[in-house]
Amino acid sequence: MSTTQYLFAGFGGQGILFSGKLLAYKGLTDGKNVSWLPSYGPEMRGGTASCSVIISDDAVGSPIVSKPDVLIAMNLPSLDKYEDTVVSGGMIFVDSSLIERKVKRDDVKVFYIPATKLASDNGISKLANIILMGKVLAETNGFDNEESVNNALKKVISAKHSDMLEVNLNAMRIGRDY
Amino acid sequence: MNKLADKVLMKGNEAIAEAAIIAGCRHYFGYPITPQTEVAAYMAKRMPKIGGTFLQAESEIAAINMVYGVAATGKRVMTSSSSPGISLKGEGISYMAGADLPALIVNVQRGGPGLGGIQPSQSDYFQATKGGAHGDFHMIVLAPDSVQEMAELTVKGFDLADKYRMTTMILADGTMGQMMEPVSLDFEVGEKVEKPWAVTGTKMERKHNIVNSLFLKPEELEKTNFERYEKYSYIEENEALCEEYMMEDAEICVTAFGIAARVAKNAINEARNQGIKVGLLRPITLWPFPKKQFAAAADKVKQFISVELSMGQMIEDVRLATECKVPVTLCNRAGGMIPSPEQVLEAIIKANNGGDK
Repeated sequence: MSTTQYLFAGFGGQGILFSGKLLAYKGLTDGKNVSWLPSYGPEMRGGTASCSVIISDDAVGSPIVSKPDVLIAMNLPSLDKYEDTVVSGGMIFVDSSLIERKVKRDDVKVFYIPATKLASDNGISKLANIILMGKVLAETNGFDNEESVNNALKKVISAKHSDMLEVNLNAMRIGRDY
Repeated sequence: MNKLADKVLMKGNEAIAEAAIIAGCRHYFGYPITPQTEVAAYMAKRMPKIGGTFLQAESEIAAINMVYGVAATGKRVMTSSSSPGISLKGEGISYMAGADLPALIVNVQRGGPGLGGIQPSQSDYFQATKGGAHGDFHMIVLAPDSVQEMAELTVKGFDLADKYRMTTMILADGTMGQMMEPVSLDFEVGEKVEKPWAVTGTKMERKHNIVNSLFLKPEELEKTNFERYEKYSYIEENEALCEEYMMEDAEICVTAFGIAARVAKNAINEARNQGIKVGLLRPITLWPFPKKQFAAAADKVKQFISVELSMGQMIEDVRLATECKVPVTLCNRAGGMIPSPEQVLEAIIKANNGGDK
């Protein structure tokens, strides 16, 4: 029986909520209990956005993540704000093309992925969040089964944009293989 | 295959909207306000496709009066809003109570008083459970603690409203409205209730039906009040719902509804790991308040802790239902803040060590 608490944080417009939704659907596809809770407020594009996701074998209690096992930080204010909240032994994923500084903690596993740069190098500049998700899934044993990743993508990408499925899957592979 | 995989992820607000449609509601009137706007957005998309009516009114007051109108014709109808918007609807809600009209009203609460903030709150408990506007009346008040319950209680809310010819309120909060969880929308809708009182046109075959809340003769008005309260006693006796969690051997009883109950469960699980005998009573109906379960628990436990996102409102009903046999303490945050599991755990540990007198 295990529970993993994820916190996604960054600027509005980076796809923070979308990433969280993708992870939640991945958990659901794998038959787990899940919850997804966005920060909501007057913020718009350019403001701060965050999103709590819990994936558990048991029923999910409070959907609010205040001590994440996994933090995905896509801008400096987010890393500054949430670095200390990560549980000891937890993981921090950093978009190192947007965050220049290193993580100060030495009791957590840190992954530096230049997701925004990788995205623009590959001509998919809007998919930095998905590249980062690929790495997150790879490091949390979520990429063992590519079919379940693909199924989760199908749930979050509407039928209208089905041409984006393969592009997103490729972005996730870029993150996984980084 | 795990059944969970067949479920869909929905926001609480969307689950309410879809469940209302499943329950046969084809009329929605509202006015946007955070954090419930997704209810209206969902209805705006779906209603035109199924021959229903979505209308964004010019104000909350207009919306509730449109609800009054449709309810008078016997059709299932709803509105939704958040705290300040519900206050605006108060006049219409009271008129509907006076005219004995069934409808569903959703309040996805935010911090107050005044225009307040937009973060989650439970500070409209008094407003919802003690009437909510002028005059002697009650609404049935349902308090979901998951997205699944947001959907299920919406259907139940319509059924109860029709059964008792009165308004039902879903009392949720910003967290419940905004969060996504897996939902199964495969549930039963109650049997259709005949509404011989509805204003549907006489076709020259019957006497006029009159839907009205004006009674100028006090003798007549008093009679309607007494009759209504007979109905309320019956509902209090028969419709109260409460979840009991780890109460079998509990010496401390935490009580909370909605999001507060979710937080409390985390704290209770941790306290149990530490060997503390603690359980939870979660009222699902806030009116009628589940008095019997609380009275029974009062004979077993040494302290109640009421966890609330308010300055302490439900705690008054806990004290009444338990006749203050044991201490009832408050563990709270307000104004849009949410208690942490650690804060609740601390209160449990304090109670276990002798507690407050």
